Amino acid sequence: MPFIRLKNISKYVCHNVNLEVFDKEFLVLLGSNAAGKSTLLNIIAGLITYEGSVLFDGIPVDQLLPSKRKIGYLFQNLYLFPHLNVTSNIAYSLKIQKWPQHDVNARVEELLRMMKIKHLASRYPMKLSGGEKQRVALARALALSPKILLLDEPLSSLDVQTSKYLRMELKQLHSRLGITTIYVTHNLTEAEEIADRIAVIESGHIEQVGKPEDVFFYPESKKVADFIGTPNILDCLYCNSLGKGVMEVGCGGLPIIIPDDGNKVKKIALLPRDIYVSESKPPGPDVNRFKGIITDIDVDDSMVRLNVEAGENHLLAEMPHHIYHDMDFVVGKDVFLILKLRSIKVYRDEERRWKNL
Amino acid sequence: MNGLKRFKPGWGILPVFIFLMMWEIVARLNLIPGQSLFPSFFTVVMEFYYLTANKVLGHNFLSSLIRVLIGFSAGSIAGLFVGIIMGWKDVINKALNPIVSLIFPIPALGWLPLLMLWLGIGEALPIAIIFICSFFPILYNTATGIRTVDKNYIQVARTLGASDMNILTSVVIPLALPNIFTGLRLESGMAWRVVIAAEMVAIPTGIGALMMKAESLMRMDIIIVCLVVLSVMCFSFEKMFAFIEAKLTVHLR
Repeated sequence: MPFIRLKNISKYVCHNVNLEVFDKEFLVLLGSNAAGKSTLLNIIAGLITYEGSVLFDGIPVDQLLPSKRKIGYLFQNLYLFPHLNVTSNIAYSLKIQKWPQHDVNARVEELLRMMKIKHLASRYPMKLSGGEKQRVALARALALSPKILLLDEPLSSLDVQTSKYLRMELKQLHSRLGITTIYVTHNLTEAEEIADRIAVIESGHIEQVGKPEDVFFYPESKKVADFIGTPNILDCLYCNSLGKGVMEVGCGGLPIIIPDDGNKVKKIALLPRDIYVSESKPPGPDVNRFKGIITDIDVDDSMVRLNVEAGENHLLAEMPHHIYHDMDFVVGKDVFLILKLRSIKVYRDEERRWKNL
Repeated sequence: MNGLKRFKPGWGILPVFIFLMMWEIVARLNLIPGQSLFPSFFTVVMEFYYLTANKVLGHNFLSSLIRVLIGFSAGSIAGLFVGIIMGWKDVINKALNPIVSLIFPIPALGWLPLLMLWLGIGEALPIAIIFICSFFPILYNTATGIRTVDKNYIQVARTLGASDMNILTSVVIPLALPNIFTGLRLESGMAWRVVIAAEMVAIPTGIGALMMKAESLMRMDIIIVCLVVLSVMCFSFEKMFAFIEAKLTVHLR
């Protein structure tokens, strides 16, 4: 039985939304801005009124106040109480519930240790870095050991490195605590890295729910395909180890260099947004850069997609309008493609699933 | 060394010193026609000493101080209370806001004739004037402060299990303190300005009354002593609230 169930939820942009989240699952709600992601979180938390029904563990909670729903909620801008220090912020919910002071101290101590922020105990939010604030807010949300954790784009304001690091920690924390978690983001990389399942939401509709690789490689609707981009999937004809931990993979006349972990690669995949197109030969080493010819240009409201013939492959690359207008791309023109190494996904016979490099 | 540095007078004292020097020189050299109407700084200091020694200043000052303390305390407590309720409960705000908006712009001294008729000439008059002077601005600032607290903090507190009363006392009021203190700070000084005016017009005791008596005797030195006392008290009250505000809101700025 699903742990969280949304039945025919309607509010603002959301219309008749149905969604199930399983016990101890990490579900990522993925969608563009104003798709209705935060609205759904607020509905689950009981912060706004709505039509439809929300069930936790099979029991309707529609009449319960937010304070009675036993959820932890990490807001996008965190909203640490600026007048309270880290300890008091974390202890806030415990004091509200009138825990004995001794128990409050013990629980705060435990959370400070768990989030590795013991040294920040007496600091005020104003004196914390973005990553530190994130940890404090998470500790505060976890103080009452909630059964459900709602995270609303919690890492969006952090730099790439900190965000990646905290994402890993969040995933570890989820495995350790086993809290059913819904994580809202518009970032595909974040979603793919952290999710057990992804629910793609667009214009208030859940378009697709599935494992990350299903969503990325088998989009069920045009909206999902438009949002994520139909991936370029290339069959690998040969794999040659070049030593020094790299191998050359031959895909339809394109020798692609990827890290070598000793296993043969059957297919590689790359999203259109991860292929850069340049009019002139790009500087730098001649690795994963290929010459091609534009065979088609598709301009729509959100993106410009170029179909480029490179070797025996037809690769789809996409770019924002402003970049397209800065270039002079026409059908038949020679261009150079750069494949973003970190974004290449590989499919190996041994694993039978898509994996990031 | 640090201690010495802390007590080192700043450059701010220099203009005051120059001003006092100029004042003394101008008065002593009879540079202003009608010199008797312009006492020297030294004369004013001496008069301050005489007024203090014979307890005239102390007695009148105490009368004004008590009126300010009672009127301001009552006005600010009532203003805070009503302001918090208006800021927190939308329905009460909608009910009272039109009335407050109508009465708020009336200058406190505009009430004087009406209050003289209602309350008569007595201690209640200046206290009532100070009450009105403090009540409306503090109410207005408090209600604004409470209303403008970011609603997301309230939502966060709700998800953490807080009741409405918890949220009001532990989140909203602390976050509204900068606004609340702006009202308290400004009105604490204003209370002194108003009490002097009320005493000048209607009450026989207090600093304002002393100034009126000095005026009838053409004692400029006493008037200047009273003005200095008034200035110091306005300044001290405002600084005291600024100090408390700084202490309480240090983490909000």
